[in-house]
Amino acid sequence: MIEFTLWDILRNLLLATRWTVLLSLVSFIGGGTVGLGLLFLRISKRKSLRALAKYYIELFQGTPLLMQLFIAFFGLGLFGIDVPAWLAAGLALILWAAAFLAEIWRGCVEAVAKGQWEASSSLGMGRLQQMRYVILPQALRVAVPPTVGFSVQVVKGTALTSIIGFVELSKAGTVVTNATFQPFTVYGLVALIYFALCWPLSKSSQILERKLNVAHRNH
Amino acid sequence: MSYHFEFGWLLQYYPQIVKGIVITIELISIGGVLGILLGTFCAWVRALGPAWLKPVVAAYVELIRNTPFLIQLFFIFFGLPSLGLQLSELTAANLAMIVNLGAYSCEIIRAGIQATPKGQFEAGASLAMTPFETFRHVVLVPSLQRIWPALSSQVVIVMLGSSVVSQIAAEDLTFAANFIQSRTFRAFEAYIVSTALYLALAILLRQLLMVAGGFIFPRRLVR
Repeated sequence: MIEFTLWDILRNLLLATRWTVLLSLVSFIGGGTVGLGLLFLRISKRKSLRALAKYYIELFQGTPLLMQLFIAFFGLGLFGIDVPAWLAAGLALILWAAAFLAEIWRGCVEAVAKGQWEASSSLGMGRLQQMRYVILPQALRVAVPPTVGFSVQVVKGTALTSIIGFVELSKAGTVVTNATFQPFTVYGLVALIYFALCWPLSKSSQILERKLNVAHRNH
Repeated sequence: MSYHFEFGWLLQYYPQIVKGIVITIELISIGGVLGILLGTFCAWVRALGPAWLKPVVAAYVELIRNTPFLIQLFFIFFGLPSLGLQLSELTAANLAMIVNLGAYSCEIIRAGIQATPKGQFEAGASLAMTPFETFRHVVLVPSLQRIWPALSSQVVIVMLGSSVVSQIAAEDLTFAANFIQSRTFRAFEAYIVSTALYLALAILLRQLLMVAGGFIFPRRLVR
């Protein structure tokens, strides 16, 4: 029997960590892009568009991410579309993250004083101009800390993609456990690697919140 | 598109689905109550507790909030037996949910305690209450009332997150969906129906917690 040293285990886990990082980045950036579109729908003047975005958000926030992954992975396959695990994982995570980011950002847009809408509209600005020049710059400062905070949820969310067979950190943990019979050490290390990825993000979110809040008070 | 939906297949598996729903409800009931109790205790420690215990609780909260629930579950179910602690699937699932919700609700409840006006503590002290008595009788209930909506959301999130306990073969709703999928190869139907059931459970749970909040906190909060 081959002996696995602690370094062997850690090296294999770290090699898989790059897929966790890559998938997190893709999901966060993709989710942000789709989420921005959703945000515009969510605060549009048309009632039907607002309702559409609202139902989308409630659907994705009210159902487990695991189910969304299953539907993307097994469901689409039945239509004759060959879905590799990474594609289903990326697609589901992007659509999931978009719902949460749109809802976070809606709160931030609503935090902008109502008078700002009225003032900019009295300057004859169109809806897009208002958003571009008046509302979004102010909402952005409120939005940064919770957005960074949500990126932690994205990193943790990628762990579920191991269940549909995408080989990232969690899946590597299971594979290494099966080879070494040391679940305590392996899952302990996996947890520590996730912690090393997520904790700096959590911490910077807290620091940003404090900083931007102070700036806000000085206004 | 050549695929034809046939939801009829699912009907013959309804005992599995019902069992899955019952287990999911059991998990969130036990996990919700004990998780909030643990969170309340941790919030008390972080806000007012003994100095030596504070770093321990802080480490617990940070560690849990920055690692995936799936890994916490695997660690408890597969890892702890190395220490001689062998748990059944359901016990491990419950423990993971309690530990997870405990950390999140700790932070939420702490925010509520910190929003309590300082005069409340002084008022308690002037009535010769000990700090713990002040916390228990004066501070806790208004704090919980203040953060009840956030706490409810977290409970719903944990309920949805519980779908991964199927991975350690706890027979929850997701387990039922996987079971049906593997027997019938009707993946789309099985997962769409179970997703809809989760959505219904989430909406029900949210309503239930709102109503419960009305009963637990009958008086309106004076600000």
